[in-house]
Amino acid sequence: MRVDAIKNGIVLDHIEAGRALEIYHLLSLDKVSCPVAILTNVSSEKMGKKDIIKIDGALSLPLEILGVISPSITIVLVEDGKVREKRHVSLPKEVTDFLRCKNPRCITSTEQGIHHRFHLTGEKNAVYRCVYCDAQWS
Amino acid sequence: MRHLIDIMDFSAAEIDELIATATDIVAHPEKYREKCRYKKLATLFFEPSTRTRLSFEAAMMELGGQVLGFSEASSSSAAKGESVADTAAIVSGYADIIAMRHPKEGAPLVAASKSDVPIINAGDGGHFHPTQTLTDLFTIHLEKGSFENLTVGLCGDLKFGRTVHSLIAALSRYTGIRFVLISPEELKVPSYVKNTYIKEKGIPYKQTTSLDEAMPELDVLYMTRVQRERFFNEEDYLRLRDSYILTPEKMEKAKKDMIVLHPLPRVNEISTEVDKDPRAAYFRQAKNGKFIRMALILKLLEVD
Ligand SMILES: [Zn+2]
Repeated sequence: MRVDAIKNGIVLDHIEAGRALEIYHLLSLDKVSCPVAILTNVSSEKMGKKDIIKIDGALSLPLEILGVISPSITIVLVEDGKVREKRHVSLPKEVTDFLRCKNPRCITSTEQGIHHRFHLTGEKNAVYRCVYCDAQWS
Repeated sequence: MRHLIDIMDFSAAEIDELIATATDIVAHPEKYREKCRYKKLATLFFEPSTRTRLSFEAAMMELGGQVLGFSEASSSSAAKGESVADTAAIVSGYADIIAMRHPKEGAPLVAASKSDVPIINAGDGGHFHPTQTLTDLFTIHLEKGSFENLTVGLCGDLKFGRTVHSLIAALSRYTGIRFVLISPEELKVPSYVKNTYIKEKGIPYKQTTSLDEAMPELDVLYMTRVQRERFFNEEDYLRLRDSYILTPEKMEKAKKDMIVLHPLPRVNEISTEVDKDPRAAYFRQAKNGKFIRMALILKLLEVD
């Protein structure tokens, strides 16, 4: 696989530098069978440095949720080697069972069988807080 | 069916209603003696807090109701690993209303999602303690007659003190409120609290490190404890602790009708000599807790 040429797949561009691996794991890309490339610290005019993930395969992934991790991300869908669609990630109002609260004092750290829920509180800065303990997700 | 998890679950109008009921209970306790006859309150205290629990139990008994429950996790099913959700689901089959205290933040919200009866958050770790805030509000209202045009000073640990954050949030809904935030640099009000409840609402406020300077302008002084574990070094702690101790000398600078509140227990942040000053309202405040909890139980049980 040449990292610059994808035939059918998805490019996640403008990822905040240093966060590509986190996204790789959140999307469970370690479990897919198609080629996946992670580029880190790529120079970017807009961002200084950025990360990029290239997925060479037409997968169905919960991409909308990526805004929670890094609102700067652009999703590029590639078909037959051409860009079919380019869009910014959105900020969902609520995210269920995608993020886990890191606050050790939060009930979600011990209670089994409950949904891990975060809600958007600061639209501008994309601040997500745990609905149980109000801890800010970062 | 309603629960009380966070003080902001109630509108200002609903809080005013609770205060009106509690005021009436103080004036005519006999009217309320049978209101909750045959009703049961379960106090599920997964961590001990004797004063809060007794306040709830006394409140239910004065309404003619009965109480059951446990006062620490080791004597409950939680010790055997039962989840909060299961405990709530089961107990809601035995009781008409539940007051729950838990060391984990958000536990009462989990309970509320599985309970068939109203849940009152009686403290979830360092997170929320809405009945403390109701007690604070009721006391201010009883002592000052209203919330309008008050200058409220909050002193001590304004960073980690969640009762302070809840009180700011609740008071920010009344007109003519002004805040004076008195704390060491290290323990200032977090910016999200300040932005959401003070700045964005255009409420006048002042931030200072000097309790002495703030004293003359205050109508209400809410004292909190500056805890040792919040500081990296002992020296800073000792230096700061002493500048936030309320003494008779500081009280001399205050208005004649100013009132001092404290969620209690205090350690040394209010010198015991202040206790006999009629402006020291903190013991009256503790007593008020029972009356506002009675009003809350009536509201949540929809008894009129
Ligand atoms: Zn949490």
